[in-house]
Amino acid sequence: MADLSQKLKEQVLQARKTGQKLNIEGGGTKAFMGRAADTDAGSLKMGEHTGIVEYHPVELILTARAGTTLAEIEATLAEEGQCLHFEPPRFGDGSTLGGTLACNLSGPARPWSGSVRDQVLGIRLLNGKGEHLRFGGQVMKNVAGYDTSRLQAGAMGTLGAITEISLKVMPKPAMSLTLVQDMAMDKVIHYMNSRAKEPKPITGAAWVDGKVYLRLAGAKSAVEATAEKWSGEVMEQGDEFWQQLQHMQHDFFAGDEPLWRFSVGSTAETPDLDGPWLIDWAGSQRWYRGEADIAQLETMAQRAGGQVSLFRGGDRTDEVMHHQPRALKEIQQRLKKSFDPDGIFNPGRLYSWL
Amino acid sequence: MNSKPKISAAELAEQFRTFIDPDFVITDDETMKPYECDGMSMYCEMPMLVVLPETAEQVQRVMRLCNEYEVPVVARGAGTGLSAGAMPHKEGVVLSLAKFNRILDIDPLARTALLQPGVRNLAISEEVAQYGLYYGPDPSSQIACTIGGNVAENSGGVHCLKYGLTVHNILSVEMITAEGDRVTIGNDALDACGMDLLALMTGSEGLLGIVTQVKVKLLPKPEIAQVVMAGFDSVQKAGDAVGGIISHGIIPGGLEMMDGHAIIAADDFAQAGYPREAKALLLCEVDGTEEEVHEHIEQAENVFRKLGATSVKTSQSEEERALLWKGRKSAFPAVGRISPDYYCMDGTIPRRHLAHVLLEMEKMSEEFGLRVANVFHAGDGNLHPLILFDANVPGEFERTEAFGSSILNLCVEVGGCITGEHGVGVEKIRQMAVQFNDEELQQFHDVKAAFDPAGILNPGKGVPALRFCQEYRSLEHKQHKHDTVDAAHG
Repeated sequence: MADLSQKLKEQVLQARKTGQKLNIEGGGTKAFMGRAADTDAGSLKMGEHTGIVEYHPVELILTARAGTTLAEIEATLAEEGQCLHFEPPRFGDGSTLGGTLACNLSGPARPWSGSVRDQVLGIRLLNGKGEHLRFGGQVMKNVAGYDTSRLQAGAMGTLGAITEISLKVMPKPAMSLTLVQDMAMDKVIHYMNSRAKEPKPITGAAWVDGKVYLRLAGAKSAVEATAEKWSGEVMEQGDEFWQQLQHMQHDFFAGDEPLWRFSVGSTAETPDLDGPWLIDWAGSQRWYRGEADIAQLETMAQRAGGQVSLFRGGDRTDEVMHHQPRALKEIQQRLKKSFDPDGIFNPGRLYSWL
Repeated sequence: MNSKPKISAAELAEQFRTFIDPDFVITDDETMKPYECDGMSMYCEMPMLVVLPETAEQVQRVMRLCNEYEVPVVARGAGTGLSAGAMPHKEGVVLSLAKFNRILDIDPLARTALLQPGVRNLAISEEVAQYGLYYGPDPSSQIACTIGGNVAENSGGVHCLKYGLTVHNILSVEMITAEGDRVTIGNDALDACGMDLLALMTGSEGLLGIVTQVKVKLLPKPEIAQVVMAGFDSVQKAGDAVGGIISHGIIPGGLEMMDGHAIIAADDFAQAGYPREAKALLLCEVDGTEEEVHEHIEQAENVFRKLGATSVKTSQSEEERALLWKGRKSAFPAVGRISPDYYCMDGTIPRRHLAHVLLEMEKMSEEFGLRVANVFHAGDGNLHPLILFDANVPGEFERTEAFGSSILNLCVEVGGCITGEHGVGVEKIRQMAVQFNDEELQQFHDVKAAFDPAGILNPGKGVPALRFCQEYRSLEHKQHKHDTVDAAHG
């Protein structure tokens, strides 16, 4: 546990002076994400800027330095019967809270429990001028100033180095149970959405390899009563399945074939592509494996009410994120300039033009 | 935006009338009068003109003209805001979105609704009830306030501990930028690539763009809801009981607290059957499936009894539940009955400091010679002190404002913030300097400039000019030192 903020600040000021660029690095488990990192840039190491700064279980709020590992945070929460209910994926032991927010990563419970972005209450951020800023706070409601905390979700460090995060945590559900049954892909979208429309304690809906999985979690009586009403077999190792999904350890994710993420409308038709699909988030998040042309996939994703990104593998020198319309591109370039006037942080990591 | 506009009211109106129904380009004082303020009626200003477009294309053209001539634009929904965020600019245009009042689409299976910004919050839930759905955020003004205004303020309501704020319940907005571009931020999915502009837009108080469409998420209506009412003989005990509920792993749909003054006023008004001798009252609503609610209600009752509740009562019917809430929901008008005027504050605090904050507030109440009643969204730490005053007594509103700003300073001191849901607007702009330093405020100004290079959108609201901040901070500092010395001598 160490507070390295002063040292990090000095490094940014030095980089600014010398015109050096900086790649922000936490545990290094998400190096595969985004566009390829600039190899000429130096490294701003967040991995040792660690420690839980404050944790008040009855307030449901935790504050930790950005380099703190998810493993440490989740272990601390578990002692109090609480959890990060957005179920952040870990791609290795070193996965940190800061990286999770910068990449906006959330697990299977996301449609019901919210995303990491939804739980963020405040941050500290080192901007490109070397200013260590504090936004938001440690309270659930706060509308003073713009929400520059949640703005960081998905920015992949292009607006600055997140140094500290306060977020909402939740009690662990008293019990959970998984129902599984065979179902064809063309039937499953309607099925999942119909279930999600019922006022029942559902916290997971996924489909892979011809089987649909629904997770119920919450008060024991409610979970059991719902399981009795709904079809599907109770799965013995249900929790294991969801963990594999959360951390992308399921067989579907194995191998080097390009992995595409379709973030689309939950009821949209699945694009007609040859190759395997995995559907999560009751239809809102769909994974596809295969070589493809991003422009063609973008058209398909837009038709499905959303966007596509090349999550892992493939050509990472080209764009990997869905293209932005001109007006939004200009606004984002100006925003980048406002936080990082010299373009120090993670150059080209999110878009070639940022 | 201090320089004079480069166009006169008459000339601008004439240009607007070429593409907007001339009846809805308003320049006469009498018709403009209702627009001079929002729900925060102490702050008034007459605009240069008022315009009511009815299509996004018209809004685009209004923005392009105003951008060209550098005319300030203040967007306005229902005008229910409580921080003067929609107060007109005297050399600017009020752009009312009142004509954007249609629900464009409801998709029951996807659980979404596409709305124009002038749709009233409550109208959404009323319309989708036929599908067993509702819209989560329920600010107290929900009968009148609009979804566009909710986006501008990131509105919450009594259910936001469990169901979140506006930012958690919208999927996309279509907006017109200051430069007149029409863009969609977000989409039908749960997230979009790159930095989260949708979150940035939410709560931006009309300073970054004009919202012309909103897509919201809808939730399945819970099977049942029940409310437990518990009275306590001290605020401290009630605060501990809130912690007790949360520690038990129960996340109530709503968790509200009222202090002794508010209990009496609300009970007089609503005859809700509140324990009038109690010093603090908790209303804890649990919703979900029947099984879950029964399980959690029983646990909640036990927790309250164990932690010293002097009375515990659970609603046994929808009528009883409605009555228990009626008192809380009418707390503001109820307090209005016992005082000629009241001023509603909106600070947030970490819940563990509640007893300390209420105690300090009682001291201030004596110091300023003004009564204060408290209602508190206990689940999420949002405090609404109601300062009672009489605007007809010279100097009393000024004293009320000073009392209010002392309360907000106290909120910041204990780690909270100056506004939980009402926004900064004009009203709390000075206190921004207490919560943020100059570097942070400058970053906010730079964010605005990225969206609005000419600075025409709602100028003078939300973020204070840095040159005023230093002065305010030193004034506050002096005041604080003065108070401390007085206390030491007292």
